[in-house]
Amino acid sequence: MTTSTQSRPLRILIAKPGLDGHDRGAKVIARALRDAGMEVIYTGLRQTPEMIAEAALQEDVDAVGLSILSGAHKSLLPRIVQVMRERGLGDVPVFAGGIIPNEDVADLKSAGIAGVFGPGTPIADIVSFIREHTPAHH
Amino acid sequence: MTQSPDLASDRRALARLITRIENGDPATRDLVARLYASAGQARVIGITGPPGCGKSTLVATLARRLRIRQTPAESSRPHVAIVAVDPSSPFSGGAILGDRVRMRDLSGDAGIFIRSMASRGALGGLAGATADVVSVLDGAGFDVILIETVGAGQLEVDIARIAQTVIVVEAPGAGDEVQAVKAGILEIADIVVVNKADREGAAQTIAALQSALDVSQPESAGAVAHKHGALAGARASDALRNTKTEASATGDAQWRIPILKTVALSGEGIEAVLTAIEAHAGYLRASGEGARRRARAVEQDVRARLADILARRALATIGREQYDALMAATVARAIHPAEAAEQLMNASWGK
Ligand SMILES: Nc1nc2c(ncn2[C@@H]2O[C@H](COP(=O)(O)OP(=O)(O)OP(=O)(O)O)[C@@H](O)[C@H]2O)c(=O)[nH]1
Ligand SMILES: [Mg+2]
Repeated sequence: MTTSTQSRPLRILIAKPGLDGHDRGAKVIARALRDAGMEVIYTGLRQTPEMIAEAALQEDVDAVGLSILSGAHKSLLPRIVQVMRERGLGDVPVFAGGIIPNEDVADLKSAGIAGVFGPGTPIADIVSFIREHTPAHH
Repeated sequence: MTQSPDLASDRRALARLITRIENGDPATRDLVARLYASAGQARVIGITGPPGCGKSTLVATLARRLRIRQTPAESSRPHVAIVAVDPSSPFSGGAILGDRVRMRDLSGDAGIFIRSMASRGALGGLAGATADVVSVLDGAGFDVILIETVGAGQLEVDIARIAQTVIVVEAPGAGDEVQAVKAGILEIADIVVVNKADREGAAQTIAALQSALDVSQPESAGAVAHKHGALAGARASDALRNTKTEASATGDAQWRIPILKTVALSGEGIEAVLTAIEAHAGYLRASGEGARRRARAVEQDVRARLADILARRALATIGREQYDALMAATVARAIHPAEAAEQLMNASWGK
């Protein structure tokens, strides 16, 4: 018996935008977040910005994590934030991981990506990032 | 207080309400009660079966077909909600909810709403809040609600409480071991689907399922065999037709659990599943079984909630320390569980 109101699990969408064909990294993150007590909605490969925004909306997630390897991050990631804003999800933090060159990070952040994690980022950093960015979850 | 938003068109409001129900937010109670009052219109279908047998793929194919079939006009198409439940990790409390992967093609259809839920430790593999979520979706105007849950054990009977029609899915496996039989979930089936019929071994799986079903419904099986003089194999694939024949002959009669073959990936056999779902709805209506089931389900639901309220009250009254001590004493066999329950009851009631 529990009183679920106090310690409800965070809900995180993990999606893989772009056309590249494997999602090992995304799955590693998904498992790590589960092990940190979060509910991970995993949507799989080749997600369009519209699919990601719609899934985030239907699943009422606390944050969206994007794994990207294709090099299309400069156009794709800002577009996802934009579509999410159009659907009233501007307050949902978006973070990204994968192969993203350092020099692109500032642009992505000003486009509304809350956090960017390069390869080799300790999972614990991602977990605490999510916790910090979802403090007063309704 | 929560006012009543137009949940059918405001998907964000709907999604947020579902979260609050999952979290046991007491402020949603009035709204949930109002939606419960206007619910009862939707067809609620449970899809269960062993891990990886193709439930999500089947659900996606059913949803897509439901949307486009017989209704060329966009506005008159049925609205479909999907609730996909996956187990929470007993260690971390977290979960990976991966059913949307197979429902990718449904994205972009505004007439379909998909929600993933973790079981959050509720017994039965179904999230404790699922019943409320389903009645909210129903009250919000969804015409069909498909609930996917993993059938990993006999606790799965919970889905039979929420769904009007339960589809048990099985895939051809190695040897003649049938997972659904082993897990005891065949007992809750109204319709059995052997998915991945493109794979080898489908015929053996059907035969094994048929013989398991013959054990649980021997009379009608005999009657059908007699009536049609059919062999076991043919009987399985004709089961739906048999159902219809019998139903029309006797007015309502009984339900014969059909075993249907599908290839969810290609859509093969899906139409027959939809026809069987409709036939089952007709049976539930004509026989009065639908009303009886609902009455039973409501009673079980009320009792489960009563038990929950009492347990909470008892804990709140005696406090965590004394509660833990009582549990420890029961674990040590110093008291019997019935005695422990009695003590808790007296503690919360007596005062
Ligand atoms: N050959 C074949 N493969 C299928 C069929 N239907 C589904 N699959 C595949 O089977 C795998 C599992 O499918 P899912 O739909 O995820 O199965 P599930 O029962 O929902 O799985 P869990 O939710 O993890 O228990 C996927 O790789 C599907 O592509 C089918 O009819 N034939
Ligand atoms: Mg699934």
